[in-house]
Amino acid sequence: MSGLILSNVTKQFGTFTAVDDVNLSVPDGTFVCLLGPSGCGKTTLMRMIAGLDLPSTGSITLGGEDITEVPTHKRNLGMVFQSLALFPHLTVGENIAYALRIRGVDKADQKKRVDELLAMIHLSGFSDRSVNKLSGGQRQRVAIARALAISPKLFLLDEPLSALDAKLREAMQVELRQLQQRLGITTIVVTHDQREAMTMADTVVVMNGGQIRQAAAPVDIYRRPADSFVADFIGSTNLIPFAAEASGRATLLGASVDGLQLGTAKTGTISVRPEDVQLTAPGGEAITGTVTFIRDLGGTVETFVEAGGQQIVAVSSPRDRPVVTVGQAVGIRLDPETSVVLAK
Amino acid sequence: MRREPPQRLADYGPLVFPAGMLIVFFVIPFATMIAVSFFERQQGGFYQPAFVWENYARFISLFFGKVLGFSLVLAMAVAAACVAIGVPFTYLLSRSVRNVQILWLVALLSILSLSEVMIGFAWSTLLSRTAGITNLFAYLGLMAGPQALTPSFGAVMTAMTYQALPYTVLVLYPALVRLDPTLTEAARTLGASPIRAFFTVVVPALRNTIVATLIMVFIFALGSYLLPQLLGRPQHWTLSVLITDQAIYQSNMPFAAAMAVFLVLVSLALVGLAVYAGRRREAA
Repeated sequence: MSGLILSNVTKQFGTFTAVDDVNLSVPDGTFVCLLGPSGCGKTTLMRMIAGLDLPSTGSITLGGEDITEVPTHKRNLGMVFQSLALFPHLTVGENIAYALRIRGVDKADQKKRVDELLAMIHLSGFSDRSVNKLSGGQRQRVAIARALAISPKLFLLDEPLSALDAKLREAMQVELRQLQQRLGITTIVVTHDQREAMTMADTVVVMNGGQIRQAAAPVDIYRRPADSFVADFIGSTNLIPFAAEASGRATLLGASVDGLQLGTAKTGTISVRPEDVQLTAPGGEAITGTVTFIRDLGGTVETFVEAGGQQIVAVSSPRDRPVVTVGQAVGIRLDPETSVVLAK
Repeated sequence: MRREPPQRLADYGPLVFPAGMLIVFFVIPFATMIAVSFFERQQGGFYQPAFVWENYARFISLFFGKVLGFSLVLAMAVAAACVAIGVPFTYLLSRSVRNVQILWLVALLSILSLSEVMIGFAWSTLLSRTAGITNLFAYLGLMAGPQALTPSFGAVMTAMTYQALPYTVLVLYPALVRLDPTLTEAARTLGASPIRAFFTVVVPALRNTIVATLIMVFIFALGSYLLPQLLGRPQHWTLSVLITDQAIYQSNMPFAAAMAVFLVLVSLALVGLAVYAGRRREAA
């Protein structure tokens, strides 16, 4: 089987389990983001893929070959570090050519490849500059070019954009994704920024406590979160506990509601995105609540409603803004399509 | 914090104490030494003020040239040995667990508390025929019989390297601890084996520190005068030994002072050359 496959990978540091029995399959040419809060084990997982740490148990195969015990320098991969780790004593060109020099590629071919890569990262003519005199974005590009010099099978990036300012970061995300699609290289990025993951990835792997909580396409992660951690970590959401009644009805937010497809669970939690909460006139089948606060951000309007002792947030565009004032009673409608029952 | 240049005379106040100490304990003795180097020796007594070049002229001879040459070569060899051992050692030390680091640093610092005399006699015992390490080798069958390893050039080198190594490690340690560990990891992901990464990344990235360490150990070794006497033959005696001999046993202060001044000038010139060469390479 091709691609990168992690089987039952566990990493323990003393008594602390950093990565806990992870199984993941990354097909060739896909872009995967490992996403999670700090300390969730995503960086450790990437270091094991790179060979910088060895798994306590489990195996890693790449293109059908078991690389669990293969030392880093024989894995033929490209990695961009959070600190970038550009060699301060070498010029831009020498940094990019490092992997070629180590492999004994002759000088003329090295120069040709360096020029190619510099053109790719829009830094032609920078070959003889010192890396210490580049801007943050330029250093970033040099680190990427250096990692890609040998056309690796696997491209790893550990929080690559965290040192850049917000605007540059967004631009680099798009650029990185386009580059990956053009080269068709299997790419894994570690990040704690969900926007970054949503922008770039084919598959987002959400991690917490050393475990994979959900691995799916960005839209599915957002629309169909597997559990309350994922629902809460990706974007913002309303987590509403429910208790099932007879005949398909359920009690939630202090009201009895019909028509939600809640499955077989007796009790549980549903996740409803703020943009999926519809505010209507009170009465009828709607859940009744009271408006407590309105935050008008210009581009969006957030309406805070208290119902059944819980706060629900509804987001709408200014055009569709509900005609309500603070203290007014409103009705809340939940759509079965967008109300996701979460696993325990 | 913004640093402003001193505005008033009083702002230079904090400098008075260090400047005073420097003048009293360095500038005045050194100036005295320079002055004495031009004085005339009085037979059977001390010296009298004069201005003669005789003392300098006297050591422009093949004998003193050889001694000076040997002193410089020995100091360079000790500096090279210390750096060759110290850099890999300190690199491994800086990457090891904290407790291990502390243990090694304490052990190295304790060497600094030993006087040169003790180091000299310890090594002369250790390298002797009757009680030395060769008895152990002979017992283990590695050698036919115990033999004396001292006096010899190797013994002088060994003891001087032993004495200078703690300084080497202490100078290198902060720079190696600060060195970004992801640099070597990056080199490994790019295909360099750990040893290759050490020589292509760690050593070049620390070039300035290594040059500074070489210079420091070189100067430190130039001043050594006890170990060559304790562990070497007369041909292994350095200029510092001769200076001591002239100053203390021959009571020829002016000549000793002239040699000392000359040694300082030569070592300053060599250090200047090393720094200049470093600058040139950096600019290139």
